Amino acid sequence: MIKHDTIEKNVGLLALLIIIVISGGGLAEIVPLFFQSSTTKPIEGLRTYSALELEGRDIYIREGCHVCHTQMIRPFRAETERYGHFSTANEHVYEHPFLWGSKRTGPDLARVGGRYSDDWQRAHLYNPRDVVPESKMPSYPWLFEQKLTGKDTAAKMEALRKLGVPFDDATIATARENVEGKYEIDALVAYLQALGKMHTVYNNKR
Amino acid sequence: MSAFWSAWITVITLAVIIGCTWLLLATRKSEKYKETTEATTGHEFDGIEELDNPLPRWWFQLFIGTVIFSLGYLALYPGLGNFKGLLGWTSANQWEEEVAHAEEVYKPVFAKYASLSIEELNQPGNEAGLKMGQRMFANNCSVCHGTGGQGAYGFPNLTDKDWLYGGDPQTIMTTLINGRRGAMPAWGAVLGEDGVRDVTNYVLSISGNEHDAAAAERGQTQYNTLCAACHMPTGKGMAALGAPNLTDDVWLYGGKFEQIAHTIRAGRAGVMPAQKDLLSEDKIKLIAAYVYSLSNN
Repeated sequence: MIKHDTIEKNVGLLALLIIIVISGGGLAEIVPLFFQSSTTKPIEGLRTYSALELEGRDIYIREGCHVCHTQMIRPFRAETERYGHFSTANEHVYEHPFLWGSKRTGPDLARVGGRYSDDWQRAHLYNPRDVVPESKMPSYPWLFEQKLTGKDTAAKMEALRKLGVPFDDATIATARENVEGKYEIDALVAYLQALGKMHTVYNNKR
Repeated sequence: MSAFWSAWITVITLAVIIGCTWLLLATRKSEKYKETTEATTGHEFDGIEELDNPLPRWWFQLFIGTVIFSLGYLALYPGLGNFKGLLGWTSANQWEEEVAHAEEVYKPVFAKYASLSIEELNQPGNEAGLKMGQRMFANNCSVCHGTGGQGAYGFPNLTDKDWLYGGDPQTIMTTLINGRRGAMPAWGAVLGEDGVRDVTNYVLSISGNEHDAAAAERGQTQYNTLCAACHMPTGKGMAALGAPNLTDDVWLYGGKFEQIAHTIRAGRAGVMPAQKDLLSEDKIKLIAAYVYSLSNN
C-alpha cells in the first residue's frame, strides 16, 4: 500500500503521477483525431481559397472577427434553421488555423457566403449602423483606404501547401497579380462570400 | 476508426479510470484514522502545524461518485473507441430527431397557408400567417431592407408603391426565389464629365427637381441614345429589367446631383441574393405575403 506521504514527499514521483493522469485525456481524446479520416480527409469537392480570399482571411484574423463571430454551426435545429447545415470537421481540413471561434457576440459566419450582396457587406463593414441601426459591431473604414501589396501572398500559399493545402502552381504563380493594388475591403468581402461556398455537398435549405 | 485506435482509446480511458480509483484508495487515510484526531504531519513552522486528517468522507465519496458516473456514461454513450454505447446516441441523430419533431409540429401550420394565394393571405383571418412571414422577414431580410421593410441607402424600401421589378405577388415570389441582379452600366468613359453633368441635369428635370435647363436639353439627346433603352424614352423605367422609374423622385442611391452623377458615371449593380437554396417555398411564400402586405394593407 502506497502512502500519501510517500507521494507528497517525493517530488519526482508526484510529477510523474500528475503527468500520467493529465496526459490520459489528451492521449485518448486528441491524439486519435490526427489519424481519423473523418477529420483529416477533406469533404468531397473542397476547393482552396483564391489569392484574394486568402488575403481576406488574413484580414479577418487581423481585425479579430473571430473574437465575436464563430464559424461553427452546432448540430441543433435552432442553429441549422438560421445558419444552414451544421459544420463538420472535414470542411475545415484546409484551414490553418481554423477560425471556429469560441463565442458569439455577432452571428455565426460559417455559411454567410451568398446570403448578402457584396454591396451590403461593404456598406456594413464601412459602418454597420448604416444598414443595421441596432448593430454594435465596430466600423472598419480603413479597409477602404488600405491596399494590398500581394508581396507575401505566394509565400503564404507555399507555407500552407507544406501543411497539406493543395494550392496548384498556377494559383501561386498568379497570386501576387491577383491581389496587388486591391483594397483590403475587396479581399475581406471575397473571403466572406466564400464562407460556406467551398464545397456543395450540404443542403442548407430550411 | 481502425481497431488500433479504438483499442488505444479504450485502454487509455479505462486505465485512467482504474488508475484514479487505485490512487484514491491507495492513499486513503481513513483506514488508519477512523475519526478526526489531533495528530499532526510533523511539519512545524513559526508555530504553525499541519493536522494529519483523512479526506472528509463526503468528499471521498464524491470522488467515488465520479468514477461510477464515468463508467455509467461510457456504457451508455459512445466513448470507448468503436463502441457505440447502449443508447446508440450520436449528435447527428439527435439533430435529425429534433428536425423530424419540428417538421411534425410545423408542417400542418405551413400546409394551412400553402394552399392560399398571397392575396388570400392578406385577407382578414390569416393574420397569424402574416405574423410568421414578418418574423422570417426579420430573420432573413431585415439586415438589408430594415426591420420594418423601410430599406436603406442602396437597399429598396418595400413599404412604398415604388417597385423596381414589380410589386404583384408573383413577381415578389420570383424576386425572392431567384434573386435579382441590377445592371446599370458605367457611362463615365462614354459620356465624359460634361456628358455626365448634362444627363444628370436631364434626369433631375424629369423628376421635377432643380436643374440647369440648357444642360438638361443637351443631356436629353444623350439620354435618348444611351438610357432610353432601359429607362424608356419617358423615363418611367422598365420593370422587366429592374430599370427604375426616374420621374417619381424615389431614389435608391440618392437623388442629389452628385449622387445621380455618380450612378451615371460609375454604374450600379445592386444584388438581391436568391433565397431558393436557403428557404423552402412555403416559407418564401409567407415572407412574400408579408412584403406584399407592407404596401397593400
